[in-house]
Amino acid sequence: MPTLMHLYPLTGAALVGLGLYGIVTLRHPLRQLLAVNVVGAGIFLILGGLGRGTASTDPFPQALVITGIVVAVALTAFGAALVVRVAEEERARDDTAAVEATGDSA
Amino acid sequence: MTLAFDLILCLMIVGTAAAALLTHNALAAIVFFIVFGNLLGLAWLAMNAVNVAMAEIAIGAGITGVLLILTRQRLMALGDDLISAETPGWLRAGAVLACTGLTALVGSAVLSVAPADDLGGPIAALLPELGIENPVTGVLLAFRAYDTLLETFVLLGALVAVWSLAPGNAWPRPPASLNLAESGGGSVAQAFGRLLLPLALVMAAYLVWAGSDFPGGAFQAGTVLAGGLIIAAIGGAVAWPRADNSILRAVLVLGPGVFLIIGLAGIALGRFLFYPPGFAKAMIVAIEYSLALSIGATLALLLAGRSVAPDHRS
Amino acid sequence: MTLADYLVPALLYIGVFFYAAGSLGLLRFQDAELRLHALTKADNVGLGFVALAAALHWGSVAVAFKIAAVWLFALMAAGATAQLMARRAKTAAERGTDR
Repeated sequence: MPTLMHLYPLTGAALVGLGLYGIVTLRHPLRQLLAVNVVGAGIFLILGGLGRGTASTDPFPQALVITGIVVAVALTAFGAALVVRVAEEERARDDTAAVEATGDSA
Repeated sequence: MTLAFDLILCLMIVGTAAAALLTHNALAAIVFFIVFGNLLGLAWLAMNAVNVAMAEIAIGAGITGVLLILTRQRLMALGDDLISAETPGWLRAGAVLACTGLTALVGSAVLSVAPADDLGGPIAALLPELGIENPVTGVLLAFRAYDTLLETFVLLGALVAVWSLAPGNAWPRPPASLNLAESGGGSVAQAFGRLLLPLALVMAAYLVWAGSDFPGGAFQAGTVLAGGLIIAAIGGAVAWPRADNSILRAVLVLGPGVFLIIGLAGIALGRFLFYPPGFAKAMIVAIEYSLALSIGATLALLLAGRSVAPDHRS
Repeated sequence: MTLADYLVPALLYIGVFFYAAGSLGLLRFQDAELRLHALTKADNVGLGFVALAAALHWGSVAVAFKIAAVWLFALMAAGATAQLMARRAKTAAERGTDR
């Protein structure tokens, strides 16, 4: 039975759907990383929102969500470092290719 | 909180998330994401989850936002224009269908569960034994301490993983400098960084101390510390240390190390992570202070990134 | 109804008015300096009124000091970032690029 208490967890469900759409349609890895964070935020909202009582929110999911937020930032930082490293490798490969091309023509 | 407030807030959360995902401009997307994180913090506040609100705004919006902006800047310096290639129409249509279906599925699953504060009562009953009053700190550092211990190792592992991406000729040099003064001017930033770092230290110490009884704790405090370090680095008040600096390494493993040692000492008294009765609060506060220091340093270095070669233009 | 019961919403409305003015300036002003001026000045005055309302609402001196500290932090952060952004905008304008 839907109640007003379901508002935040339902928002979380919408965020999960939106974020997945972003992961599928966005083609740049940094944008996909952002989309993963939106999905994560939606899952946290479902988890925490379903522990909402009349006057308080269940501290157990709250603690899980805090853990989740920290793990999400760790994942994002590693993902971002990987994206930068891949861009560097591609740049280096393009540079060597350019050098080789000029070397052949000379 | 009134229904109108909740409804408008939820619409704004979904709207900013959609803007962050659908806009073409990468910088605009990141800015919308930061706004989205702050609105989520308000949502947690509306749900009386102040601990989560602080963590979401500081880490989810703040640290992640700065991280994304820095990454964008690094990618642009490498010649990446950050334009997300156009996806074919059939794929977008299919994704809309699939994601709408999934949202409906998750939504109906959500509606089948009645929201209830089931564990609040039992946890509150157990708190007097620990001598602390913040139930979230109780769960994080006593009832589910195992999770938190592993989480601190995940954070440390992420930093090791980021560092391991450094090219061979760069290791173990410091990460790229964020100092704005080097690129001409920045005296205001410098003064602000000098002023903020000690204030951030005081604030972090307060947040850990208050976190036993009121909202706050090691993660929020660590993030404040990381924020102070970042702003000090931007102002040129601190320079990033080399990755083989032994003091730095000691600070990074201090928190997880103290946590692990206290946990192992608990085995002698009965089981892993068992706090001796009467000393629980002392143990928890000791773990939290060392954790806050380590989390602050780890988060700041995660933002700074890996070692860069000397000729690297940043 | 005491005086505070009228004062708190009144202060909130004044604060919101300044926020609205600042946001309008952000949207309508032409160049970066003007927009920064609207954002940092008007919005921080708005924040000041909201902080004053919050301090009155709680009616405790300790809380009022904490709220005042929060406002001061916001002021300092706004001032420092506005200076950085203005400097950035100036160098960008001198170079003739928009970023």
